[in-house]
Amino acid sequence: MAYLELKHVTKRFGTVVANDDVSLCVERGQIHALLGENGAGKSTLMNILYGLYAPTEGEVWLDGQRLDIRDPKQAIAAGIGMVHQHFMLIPALTVIENVMLGYKEISRFRLNLHQAAQRFTALAEKFNMPISPWEKVEDLTIGQQQRLEILKALFRNSKLLILDEPTAVLTPQETATLFELLRQLTADGLTIIFITHKLGEVMDICDQCTVLRQGRVAAANLAISDIHSHEELAALMVGRSIDLVTHKTEARPGKPVLEVRDLRYTDQENVSRLNGLSFQVRAGEIVGVAGVDGNGQSELVRCITGLLKPESGAVALEGVDVTGRRPKEILEHGVAHIPEDRYKMAMVKELSINENLILMSYDKEPYSKHGILQWKEITRLNEALCQKYEVKTPGVHELAGRLSGGNQQKFVVGRELDRAAKLIIAVYPDRGLDIGTTKYIQSRLVEERDRGAAVLLLSTELDEILELSDTVLVLYQGRIMARLPQKDAKRETVGLLMAGVQDDETAGKEGETIC
Amino acid sequence: MKGRQPQLQSGRLFDKVYFPAMSICASFLIAGIVFALLGFDPVTAFGGLLSGSLGSLSAWGETLNKAVPVALTGLSYAIAQRCGVVNLGAEGQVYIGALCAVLAGTELEMPAPLHIPVTLLAAFLGGALFGTLPAVMKNRFGASELITTIMFNYVALYFVHYMIAGPIKDLDSGSNFAQSKQMLESAQLPRLLAGTRLHAGLIVAAAALVFYQFFLFHTTRGYEMRVIGLNRTTGECAGMNPRTNTLLSMFLAGGFAGLGGACELMGVQLRIMENAFNGFGFDGVAVALLGGNAAGGIALSSLLFGALKSGATKMQMRSGVPTATIYMLQGLIILFVVGKRLFDYRRLHKKPRRHPAKEDV
Amino acid sequence: MENLTSFLSSLIRMSTPLLIAGLGLVFSANAGIVNIGTEGFMLLGALMGCAGSYWTGSALCGALIAMAATMVFSAVFAFFTLNMRADQTVVGAAINIFASGLTITLNRIIFDTTGGVPVIATYGPMPIPGLSSLPAVGVLFNQSVVCYLAFLAVPVVWYIMKKTHVGLEVRSVGENPRASDTLGINVLRTRWWTILLQGLLSGLAGSYMSMGQLSFFTEGMVSGKGYMALAVVVLGCYSPVGVLGASLIFGAGMALQYRLQAANTGVPYQIITMLPYVITLVAVCGFIRKSRSPAATGVAYTKE
Repeated sequence: MAYLELKHVTKRFGTVVANDDVSLCVERGQIHALLGENGAGKSTLMNILYGLYAPTEGEVWLDGQRLDIRDPKQAIAAGIGMVHQHFMLIPALTVIENVMLGYKEISRFRLNLHQAAQRFTALAEKFNMPISPWEKVEDLTIGQQQRLEILKALFRNSKLLILDEPTAVLTPQETATLFELLRQLTADGLTIIFITHKLGEVMDICDQCTVLRQGRVAAANLAISDIHSHEELAALMVGRSIDLVTHKTEARPGKPVLEVRDLRYTDQENVSRLNGLSFQVRAGEIVGVAGVDGNGQSELVRCITGLLKPESGAVALEGVDVTGRRPKEILEHGVAHIPEDRYKMAMVKELSINENLILMSYDKEPYSKHGILQWKEITRLNEALCQKYEVKTPGVHELAGRLSGGNQQKFVVGRELDRAAKLIIAVYPDRGLDIGTTKYIQSRLVEERDRGAAVLLLSTELDEILELSDTVLVLYQGRIMARLPQKDAKRETVGLLMAGVQDDETAGKEGETIC
Repeated sequence: MKGRQPQLQSGRLFDKVYFPAMSICASFLIAGIVFALLGFDPVTAFGGLLSGSLGSLSAWGETLNKAVPVALTGLSYAIAQRCGVVNLGAEGQVYIGALCAVLAGTELEMPAPLHIPVTLLAAFLGGALFGTLPAVMKNRFGASELITTIMFNYVALYFVHYMIAGPIKDLDSGSNFAQSKQMLESAQLPRLLAGTRLHAGLIVAAAALVFYQFFLFHTTRGYEMRVIGLNRTTGECAGMNPRTNTLLSMFLAGGFAGLGGACELMGVQLRIMENAFNGFGFDGVAVALLGGNAAGGIALSSLLFGALKSGATKMQMRSGVPTATIYMLQGLIILFVVGKRLFDYRRLHKKPRRHPAKEDV
Repeated sequence: MENLTSFLSSLIRMSTPLLIAGLGLVFSANAGIVNIGTEGFMLLGALMGCAGSYWTGSALCGALIAMAATMVFSAVFAFFTLNMRADQTVVGAAINIFASGLTITLNRIIFDTTGGVPVIATYGPMPIPGLSSLPAVGVLFNQSVVCYLAFLAVPVVWYIMKKTHVGLEVRSVGENPRASDTLGINVLRTRWWTILLQGLLSGLAGSYMSMGQLSFFTEGMVSGKGYMALAVVVLGCYSPVGVLGASLIFGAGMALQYRLQAANTGVPYQIITMLPYVITLVAVCGFIRKSRSPAATGVAYTKE
């Protein structure tokens, strides 16, 4: 009998069915992959197991016993631990306070942090994860935070560990370290469920694999040894065979559009985020910036778009110095921006699509005249735009928040690309989207490049960068570690650079970056 | 006003009527229970309220008169709210507006067609400039407007008390009350309808409502404000300046409130006395919330609140229920408007529908 | 010397209600709640304290009735903001408006204001033997029980917030409710009890205003002290010790206001009356930057 069994689990949110009759068997001591696209229902299923959602139907069996998990407390008591994709840590508190939160086994009233810290340190040393218990979580690196999450679960004697997309924020080398740790943990008797949408990882680390597609099981308990190719898994995941490669021709770069010289920025907490960045993006090329999240990406974009004033250095657009200009002026120089978080930065979900689509051009003719909005004209133009960019909506007067994530991203992309910008800054443009939409957006970006736009692409998904970029820049702690043409940008090399390791060969290449 | 008004396309008309109606019913029900518990007869009380507010032509005039300042303070809360600023300072802005109106209406001499607009303008500017103070503090120091607007209410109140007890005290009337001089004839708002006290403030309020709607939904500036109010970061990324918009929205908010004070002064009270304008600010909060921060809604809910205020006296006469209970009714209405989930029939039938937009279901 | 004594005495009397209300707010504010309804709570507490004391002849009963009444109000606040997920500011404003109407109405019914001011039992001074006869500072030890309790509560609240599971849970719920939820902490329950406790303490603070500072209730007597208590918490960086310091600063402002009024400086009293409000404005502008509010402040929590 399997260690963990989910039997016929169904979860409905109103009319949306997130999980439809899903069954899952996980053997003790194994690493079991739960593979699926964004929106396939992986996280929902695991949130049910962890007690965050109540299943509409179905049963959970652990170690031969039926569990009725109603909240995370019971899941924790049953020995289930979960590391969420977005870490469930409280940055303002110390490491040990985060560990002790809700853990009352040592004493019920007093916190007794010192005693807890001793136990924590011993545990951390056992698994070779040195973290000081007294440090504030906001001062930890992303990798350390993830290890802390795992330690938090181990501290609570978890026997079953759920990891939700654990590698999304790691460099290839950090990923390797994590995999080593996971093997050590399974050797220690733990069972691990590994949620991912990356095919390679499944092949690398997992023993068995269950594939979810649109809320249903597409394939159950495949032994990894039986799988022969990525394409085979991808077809299971998407439901049709797909072309994993984006087609593009050789770039024919023209004149430089964006020039960044010796850009420096120090934030309010006196941490220097950008340490003298210099690079350029030419018309007709895609420059990809690889790097682990938090190494200066968002500051770089903000400095270019005028949302932040750099401490020193210069940003020039087609030879015009725009350093420290207001965002409006920079936008009017022909800059389009697909930001990292559309909900926060690119759309207003309470407004209609019509109102969202004029966000960048509401004060220009023909959208408005003498400060008065021309709704008739706006509606006409926007209806055409929705058609062109394949936005599926009942009409432009629908609230933006009611569209699916993919359609929201499509109209944001449509709005930005339709302005025939000279420079397009795209930050994680396909985060959280299904493969179909991802491919659509990627090919649109390539089309824009071929039209002659300069494209600056930032992403934490290394594969996306390597595939799309004509030139790859590696960003580490606010510095550019290397500038590599696409053919030289190998996964391993870039991975090392992302972790700050610089070998002689690439060091030589950095010389080119100082233009 | 040609062209479409996008905000009407979204949301269902039924909801726009259903929720306010439920809130009002629930509020009256609870108020009725409270009246009964306090030993009054709720039926007599509400009967008095009704006949005092709508029972005769002159009662209608009173109701409309009372609706004017609260419609304007309602707009004051609403326009700030649309830009994401919580203006709890309409009360102080009313006082400063009225003070400026008194200065213009007693110290200047000119013919009525000129004097009335000048006085209104003085009130608008006075309220507007006073309203921008919290906005400056928010922009400059990050000071929460929740606290600053309220503190400014007290500052304005005591300042006006000081003025009417000292510098602008009416020394001619012979009474020793702290009160300002009476507005000159030429600075009083004319009556609109014989047999009632209905004054031309109604036109001011109506114009302000139309301006509000047009400004927000048909001008680029109004669009900017709404974007920033709903999602500040998106606005910034689109090159809008949240600080400028915050300032402008509080300027207009203060101006609306100042006009509210001026209308009440020029049409009804004719002079400032201690505490004469108390409550208008928070009435505005209730009006704006009940009206969903939309011009039509504010117009309707200001009528309701005008009726409550004008009927309160008759209610007290008939049933002995103190006029202050109107505040209880107002508080309840606000509570049920924002707590509308309580009446959400969809929630009662099935579990909350998750937004399909949310990913990784 | 006499000036100092009377200044210290009014300092303590003025600071105490802010301190009590502020300590209550330390719990709810750390849990991510902004409750401007505190003003209304205090107003109700002031009235019900007097009423209870008038009915029973005992100040203690007055205090208990005041606290019970404000608990009911805070339960309404909690229900609407937590369960109905209504906007905290607006619910707070609604409560303030309701409370002003209710207290005026009840005041007229209970005390029948046509007659004279009824005599009620108040929070009388309880001198501490020995200490209270010290020169100048002796007045600090000649205060009411409520005062002593308020000041003694500061280290207790500090201990709870910093050193116990309860305090850690409160802080975590205000910082990241979702993370707290994943560790089995009941977010709604935690926020519920902090609001109830805050209501209870606001009631006590209000009753101190009518039964400690005065010996009667007047309409609208809280006049902004509830909002000041909110400012005190922000200024005190959400910690009980900071709240103590900030209440003393505000208290000093108000004590100074009374000294100035008594001293016949020639400044009109209306202008002097503005002083505490102006101090609050300056404080909010000058020092608030250093104070970091919990990350999830004002945000309703939904599980799904």
